[in-house]
Amino acid sequence: MFITARRNAEELNLELLGEWRATQSAAIEAELKAIDFSGARSARVAAGSAHLDLSGAWLLHDFLDRARKAGLNPRFDGAAPTALTLVERTYSGEIPAHPGGTEWLDPEQAVESIGRRAVRGWRSAVAGLEFVGRVCLALLRALGSFRRLRPTAVARHIYDTGITAIPIVSLVGFLISVILAYMGAQELSKFGADIFVVDLVTVGVLRELGVLLTAIIVAGRSGSAFAAEIGAMQLNEEIDALYATGIDPIEALVVPRVLALLIALPLLTIAADLVGLVGGGLLCHSLLDMSMLQYLNRAQSAIAATTFWTGLVKAPVFAGLIAITGCACGMRVRGSSRELGRLTTLAVVVSIFSVIVADALFAVLFMKLDI
Amino acid sequence: MPAVLEVSGIVTRFGSQTVHDGLDMQVQEGEVFGVIGGSGAGKSVLLRTILGLRRPDAGTVRFLGRDLHQLSAAELHALKASYGVTFQEGALFTALSVRENVQVPMLEHLRLSERTLDELALLKVRLVGLPLDAAVKFPSQLSGGMIKRAALARALALDPLLLFLDEPTTGLDPISAAAFDELLIYLQRELKLTVVMITHDLDTIFRTCSRVGVIVDGKMISDTLAGIVKNPHPWIQAYFGGERARERAGRTHGA
Repeated sequence: MFITARRNAEELNLELLGEWRATQSAAIEAELKAIDFSGARSARVAAGSAHLDLSGAWLLHDFLDRARKAGLNPRFDGAAPTALTLVERTYSGEIPAHPGGTEWLDPEQAVESIGRRAVRGWRSAVAGLEFVGRVCLALLRALGSFRRLRPTAVARHIYDTGITAIPIVSLVGFLISVILAYMGAQELSKFGADIFVVDLVTVGVLRELGVLLTAIIVAGRSGSAFAAEIGAMQLNEEIDALYATGIDPIEALVVPRVLALLIALPLLTIAADLVGLVGGGLLCHSLLDMSMLQYLNRAQSAIAATTFWTGLVKAPVFAGLIAITGCACGMRVRGSSRELGRLTTLAVVVSIFSVIVADALFAVLFMKLDI
Repeated sequence: MPAVLEVSGIVTRFGSQTVHDGLDMQVQEGEVFGVIGGSGAGKSVLLRTILGLRRPDAGTVRFLGRDLHQLSAAELHALKASYGVTFQEGALFTALSVRENVQVPMLEHLRLSERTLDELALLKVRLVGLPLDAAVKFPSQLSGGMIKRAALARALALDPLLLFLDEPTTGLDPISAAAFDELLIYLQRELKLTVVMITHDLDTIFRTCSRVGVIVDGKMISDTLAGIVKNPHPWIQAYFGGERARERAGRTHGA
């Protein structure tokens, strides 16, 4: 019990009891809500021995406000509680409106928001292009001297993005060849064309899947890491510190990451290709009773001179896309940890998407070139 | 009546380095207790130990006579509702507006209607002297002084009787720092708060503290403000013996 109400003709006698603490506010609120004003003309409040903290005092303040609006004129027997005086002294001015809350049903605003999105999309595309340009310029400038290429940073990033990714990339390369071999064996054996499983596995892995899946894994691992690292530095004002020290953050942070990935991704692709080919051989051996020598022979004739290179040539392009997307997203982080999460997610989504788009363009290009 | 906060025999080691070596500290109800010490003396570590963020290698922390490390999870949860903390850099949640920041402890510990939540949060925002439009702003949009005030508003969200402040005025200009001190004195008097404050700011110490604890050689020497100034320990003499400090001490006499 925090308050008792007794009716004395048209007067409401209220007595406050106990400890009106913030931790009790739900109970206090419920009791205050239950008090009935009907028929009363005036109210007397006895604070008695009750102790109020600020939250309690606000609840009382709010209640008295309600009583006043109901036509009662609440008066205190003796002095009002000090906390209530403090609340009333603090209380003045308007309550700010809730932020946000867009009216979605308003057609005018819907059109406006489409326009805004379009403009924002255009601006971010331009900003992205500008970022690519700045990275290229910084790269060119850095190429002038070995020291400005920051070999230690590059080495660290090669280790983080390349060496530590070897196990997962190899495993995926192996599993891809397993999938291809199984699928191929099932379908091609219907035509007695078992031998073409080798073509399927080797060409599939070397031209397309080896590099594509490696790029997707690297985008998930390193694209997100780049965005998160640089984004956290941005939040911590480390980027500003670099600017202020006269160091170009693009040169110090972005160029080493781009360079490292340009080196690491082709090497990872080679690893994936290699494991994929070995896996294909093992599968052909166990599924189709093919000898390793036969597999190698067939593989030799299936693979054209260009097959391996058409796969590998895509790797640096994918690497550039992933590294620049990740870094650009990281640089765009402003102000809050939520923004960091949003842009890290965006980095992964955009880099995987752009890798796949680039791969599709390569497929068309290679067909036109008849490779 | 046991002390609001009693720390005894705290030993803290980082590897071979001993930061606290049997540190004792007592805070009585209604006082403003300043903790000072050189950089690396372990002021913030002490605060983290008191808050239970770090387990000491030895020693006990008691709130109103109850040992922090003997409490059950539910008791610990309730204890956390009974004190407020501000951190050095404010530690406001950057993804939330000031108002939402103040509401975080309320949402965790209270069951309130949305209107009451909003009103109580705004009351706290007003109380610490922030303009109302600051309530809807995000931490990244606030100045350093406003962040300190917003952090105080969040610390006061549950109307705690005990308040921990980690360098509340560090990084503020002298005028803002003085205003913050005024605010603290006002709140401390009106709400009858007990305050434990880590600070480097001599002005803040002389304006607000009733007692001061100095961490030297891994132990704490605590005394009233008037007493501590006369302590013969060389570090304390060097700290309070500066030109600025002597001038203050002469002016405030015993505080």
